Amino acid sequence: MWQLAVIAVVCGAVTAIGAQTAVNLRARGVATGFGYLRRSAGFEIAPGLVPFSSSDSNARALAAGIVNTARLSALGILTAAALGVTIGIARLSSIPTVAMLARAYVDVVRNVPVLLQILCWAAVLQRLPDAGLPWHPAPGVALTNRELSFLWGRVIVSPEFAALFAALSIYTAAFIAENVRGGIAAVPRGQQEAALALGLSRLAALRTVVLPQALPVIMPPTISQFVSVIKNSSLATAIGYFDLMSITNTTINQTGQAVEAMALAALFYLTASLAVAASTRALFGARHGI
Amino acid sequence: MTPVDLEVEMRGVNKWYGRFHALRDITLDVRRGERIAICGPSGSGKSTLIRCLNGLEPHQSGTIRVAGHVVDEHPRRIQAARREIGIVFQHLHLFPHLTTLENCTLAPIRVRRLSPIDAEALAWHFLDRLNVADQARKYPAALSGGQQQRVALARALAMSPKVLVLDEPTSALDPGTTEDVLAMLRSLASEGRTVICVTHDRTFARNLADRIVMMDAGTMAESNLAMASSDR
Amino acid sequence: MASRASGPGRVAVSLIALAPAAYVGWRVARWALVDAGWGVIADRYRFILFGAYPIAEQWRPAIVCLLFAVPFGLTVARAKWSRGVVAAWIATETTAVLLMHGGFAGLPEVPHDVWGGLPLTLMLSTTSFTLAMPVAIVLAFGRRSPMPAVRALCSAWIELIRGIPLVALLFMASVLVPLCLPDTLVIDKAIRIVLTFAVGVAAYEAEVVGAGIDGVPAAQRDAAAALGLSPIQTAVQIVLPQAIGASMPATINTFMAYFKDTTLVMIVGFFDLLGAAHAAIADGRWAGYGVEVYVFTALIYGVLCHAIARGGARLERGADGVSA
Repeated sequence: MWQLAVIAVVCGAVTAIGAQTAVNLRARGVATGFGYLRRSAGFEIAPGLVPFSSSDSNARALAAGIVNTARLSALGILTAAALGVTIGIARLSSIPTVAMLARAYVDVVRNVPVLLQILCWAAVLQRLPDAGLPWHPAPGVALTNRELSFLWGRVIVSPEFAALFAALSIYTAAFIAENVRGGIAAVPRGQQEAALALGLSRLAALRTVVLPQALPVIMPPTISQFVSVIKNSSLATAIGYFDLMSITNTTINQTGQAVEAMALAALFYLTASLAVAASTRALFGARHGI
Repeated sequence: MTPVDLEVEMRGVNKWYGRFHALRDITLDVRRGERIAICGPSGSGKSTLIRCLNGLEPHQSGTIRVAGHVVDEHPRRIQAARREIGIVFQHLHLFPHLTTLENCTLAPIRVRRLSPIDAEALAWHFLDRLNVADQARKYPAALSGGQQQRVALARALAMSPKVLVLDEPTSALDPGTTEDVLAMLRSLASEGRTVICVTHDRTFARNLADRIVMMDAGTMAESNLAMASSDR
Repeated sequence: MASRASGPGRVAVSLIALAPAAYVGWRVARWALVDAGWGVIADRYRFILFGAYPIAEQWRPAIVCLLFAVPFGLTVARAKWSRGVVAAWIATETTAVLLMHGGFAGLPEVPHDVWGGLPLTLMLSTTSFTLAMPVAIVLAFGRRSPMPAVRALCSAWIELIRGIPLVALLFMASVLVPLCLPDTLVIDKAIRIVLTFAVGVAAYEAEVVGAGIDGVPAAQRDAAAALGLSPIQTAVQIVLPQAIGASMPATINTFMAYFKDTTLVMIVGFFDLLGAAHAAIADGRWAGYGVEVYVFTALIYGVLCHAIARGGARLERGADGVSA
């Protein structure tokens, strides 16, 4: 039947590609298998959470990349969520100034590609003074174009990380803001009026009556935005931050084992996306009665 | 009528929606414990009037006083007034994500600052009285129309308001249930609560109210109908 | 939310919100008017807009850019999808390629590796989108197929492509694909990139079209079956047109997202609008003027994306028949 034909065609194609790849790899003298993970990396990574030197293994390099991606993504998601909810609510404010500012933010930020925002931030941060004479915009903060130090040296980030974090948070927050606004707007107006009529303050009405009903509408596209943060973190490649993608790339350049390295990277991103989606759904799952 | 007897006072109230003059020079006095019905064709401004009464809509001129609180634009004063007004909306607007009991305890806990135990006791009292106590743990979606309306009434009563306002309470009900609602409201009113009922159902109005007020195109005309009904 | 006349609290909040915004705005304005070196734009705007295309022939990419307004306007004007609109897109894309390439009617040939800037962005996004649409439709139906094997394959494919970053897909196109193909079959890198984008868009658009398909009432299918139409005929003649029409606004959103994603080709060495901008300051003389160049580029993207979004909004209103 049709099904068997489809399966046969797909299997055939996969086998053919696999065979051809094996031939090509052999012809180029490229090894196969995951043995390369044990060999030493032979390249440097900028200092981060995982200490690394070029004699450390490729596996360790991969771990460093994963840690960097995870850190960037986690911080980005949390910041984007907080910022997005605030701006989404601000969009609906009855104070014209606040609503207008929020709308301007969303309209401007959403229409500029995120990579462009990343590069722009990186360019701005490059204008910070050189290492010798840091700029102190606030107490405990010392900024140079090599290193951004906060809380009197307790928190130090590289300009690359800062640019990525800033761009990803601000960009994603704009989309989350629209989701929040749409979700709140979807709750029938009578609900808010009934709550106000009972004497609840605007804030209490929002918290106890409107938001719980808005969440099921807000969550699905917002989960998608969280996953976007994880995927967009791979743009680190463009400005030389050592996330998973850029380390995978370098590893491929060094060892030639593109298939294995790419497969591992893809596996991580897929797992991370599924994990974030599942845990967010578990935390903010649909409430009963709606 | 001494001022202290007036539970609701509206003097020279005007409201515009843009250029549309929705309420024209409305003047209405309601004594404590009085039951009045506001009747009139749709579009006459009945609903607008009660929305102005509890500040859901702003009015442009005139004064409104409910239970001694002035209803103007200050959020605190509006909130104070709203505590004393219990509204049952035409479409009820029960909170679908809360159980019946939770619908009734939400405001007492958050606004009157009752402890959850006291709030629940109060809620049970009214749910019991309105014969929906067995639905307490269910969600509104699981209730019939008549049951939902009684829950909405209980929710409003749980705040112990001085004025009870009902917007078209019978519009979605069958005649049998309407009788029940009538009896319920009469017994509630006999306890000294002021009842204002907006309805297009003249029979219901005559059976419930001491006084009927007619509205037409934003203006109000009184119609004192002596209640000769013996079942008061 | 009902608005009220201002009270003192509201004015205070207004000021609190306005103050940092005003400060930032003032600093930005001061930078833009006083400190910024806008000379970089005056000097390099041709490169940013058109890449390394020979200056004498730059009227050609300029026309190409303007040309794309035509099918876009047609798509937005008509609230439903029709063959005419599709034909307009295909015609514009083909004309664009031909005009850029030249080599006929007295037009000097310009090889595609010097194409760059805005025309490249437009051509890349539209062509890959046009290629992706049929694939998206097939995937969308496949995911809803009564055959479990087909359903599983299509679902798995869609989730796989949507789960990994576009950058990874582009790297795979650059590095992996040549590994998988026999030496005799060499696909030009540019074509590989276009196809990769198409694959990416198709996976996302499949979900959008899928939502449209789900939205077509089951009664429609029943009516078609009652008339004697086969399942395929039903799908193509009855379900598909309604699905596409219903999902048009979301499709435009997807297009806009991909339009912005074309910037990623910069990472694999192509000079789209962003890539050209980035390269414009790599050159020693303007090395420190990144911010000015990126702001200029951001304005261009901002205006274009805003236009696309407005078009989409207009389409949404037209589709409903009433104002949104």
